[in-house]
Amino acid sequence: MELLDNLLLGFQTALTLSNLFYCFLGVFLGTAIGVLPGLGPTATIAMLLPITFVLPPVTALIMLAGIYYGSQYGGSTTSILVNLPGEAASVVTTLDGYQMAKQGRAGAALAASAIGSFFAGTVATLLIAAFGPPLAAVALQFGPAEFFSLMVLGLVASVVLAQGSLLHAIGIVVLGLLLGLIGTDVNSGTQRFTFGFFELADGIGFVTVAMGMFGLGEIIRNLENEADRSVMLTKITGLWPTRDDFKRMVAPILRGTVIGSALGILPGSGSILGSFAAYSIEKKISKHRAEFGKGAIEGVAAPEAANNAGAQTSFIPLLTLGIPSNPVSALMVGAMIVHGIQPGPSVINEQPALFWGMIVSMWIGNLFLVVLNYPLIGMWVRMIMIPYHLLYPGILVFCAIGVFSLKNATFDIYLMAVFGIVGYVFAKLGAEPAPMLLAFILGPLMEEYLRRAMLLSRGDPMVFLHRPISATLLVLAALAMLAVLLPSFSKTREEAFKE
Amino acid sequence: MTRNPKDFWTGLLYIFFGASAIIIARDYNMGTALRMGPAFFPTILGAVLAVIGAIAVIRSFIAAGAPIGGFSFKGLVLVTLSVVIFGVLVRGAGLVVALPLLVIISAYASTRFRWRTTLIMAAGLMTFCALVFVKGLGIPLPIIGAWLGG
Repeated sequence: MELLDNLLLGFQTALTLSNLFYCFLGVFLGTAIGVLPGLGPTATIAMLLPITFVLPPVTALIMLAGIYYGSQYGGSTTSILVNLPGEAASVVTTLDGYQMAKQGRAGAALAASAIGSFFAGTVATLLIAAFGPPLAAVALQFGPAEFFSLMVLGLVASVVLAQGSLLHAIGIVVLGLLLGLIGTDVNSGTQRFTFGFFELADGIGFVTVAMGMFGLGEIIRNLENEADRSVMLTKITGLWPTRDDFKRMVAPILRGTVIGSALGILPGSGSILGSFAAYSIEKKISKHRAEFGKGAIEGVAAPEAANNAGAQTSFIPLLTLGIPSNPVSALMVGAMIVHGIQPGPSVINEQPALFWGMIVSMWIGNLFLVVLNYPLIGMWVRMIMIPYHLLYPGILVFCAIGVFSLKNATFDIYLMAVFGIVGYVFAKLGAEPAPMLLAFILGPLMEEYLRRAMLLSRGDPMVFLHRPISATLLVLAALAMLAVLLPSFSKTREEAFKE
Repeated sequence: MTRNPKDFWTGLLYIFFGASAIIIARDYNMGTALRMGPAFFPTILGAVLAVIGAIAVIRSFIAAGAPIGGFSFKGLVLVTLSVVIFGVLVRGAGLVVALPLLVIISAYASTRFRWRTTLIMAAGLMTFCALVFVKGLGIPLPIIGAWLGG
């Protein structure tokens, strides 16, 4: 019954007029920006983050979560209608979704995606509500050594799941940790790596890093091959799926939800893995195997359900352990810290209204998505048609003003430009910048936990292996690393990213 | 000659950043393992990064890899420049100068640049930002800066 009480508290928080409004606004803006070509969820959230800083913490997080689902949903819409996935997780959706659209069944594909996402979102929300508190109770027993090892595992997982060379990914994570240390050391008051700039005394803002690497860096990358960005839009007819369509999507949605929920908890890019896994499983066991790649509705329903389930369950490690598992939740952690909330297992007990309100608003956000989709589809389509060269100067304007507004400092604008160059150069050199953001946020936390663990153990580094939970986490991290080095695994990893 | 330019250059960058971190951290207090000083963690990270860089450089002479794709210098320079110029001008000259310049310079990076559409875009964004960001959200950016007597 405690679960019901908690959910009730959540509804009380989420159903206030202003929270409902900002949830809606988040979903709406997220979808709107998500359907624009060339803007993924990370860039979208980074761009809209400054707006949420003026809101109260609960409302801000509710809006951010709304932006996240919205932008992800927008990515699915563009995958189906114009074959342009906004982000890696919706790449699979293009395979059958776009084929369906070409056959004039875009409506059915969009419906499969919406229904699948909503169902998966509902299940995943309940999962968070059920497993969040016990997990947080376990995590409350964690000492600094356990948290340090947990962060190591999280970073290793993000490296393992990153695209491209493993060595480069490890390097970029270490570089991210180092960048996170810039600023005043909390223990000694020493200013580290500030090069005499007083603007760096408080460290580099994570929004600045995110906007630079994912906003500017992406724009520069997109400018390389803009010629082949012409958009062919097919006519949308038959907005409602047939009875047969419904029958065919039930089982794939169920399977997709299970796969996506399970993989979403993993640190790294769980939701990407989920949608790929769900698609390949459907392809293997479906009765309509021959239709895959030619417009099978199962090929849309399953990965979309998995994708959304994973997006939701990735909040479990974030809300219970305070460990972000992908760039998006890293941004959420940053936002929580800005609002004076230290993410971690104590959030559930100390701020129950925030925790449960956010969970319930996730479900409400999913509901908004379904409701929003149908009446506004015409508007989304028109937004998809905006050519990129008319779009990116505007994105730059919003990034520049947004980053300025954080501290009212032009210095951050220059810093953002620097990170744009850094993001572009490393992407060109085959080191994906995504894990760097994760490391950047974890850097100062890791140092603090390392320091405390060493203090408690009287300077004995073996403490990480003597404590059972910490040792288990480190062994898992080592196994994950070894697995990648095995030739058979690295081959499948390469193939999975080839899409 | 290196057989894997991506590995080679990434490695060099990692060595550079790792070594810089170690060298700069020498000015800070190292402390002991029991009481880690501000130099402790950065020195470890710098060393790890430099070693990873060294491995990448060595590997680049052994195993071949794909070449680095064409660099978009025009995009890189114009996008960065437009943002920096915006930063330099926005306080003194105001949004009315800085914003259109940002739009025009960055839009020029596209192969589909047209003066007419770019100017319309700049005017539209200028109106939107002045109304929403400055008037609405109260971001302290001058619309017409002090240099122009605003």
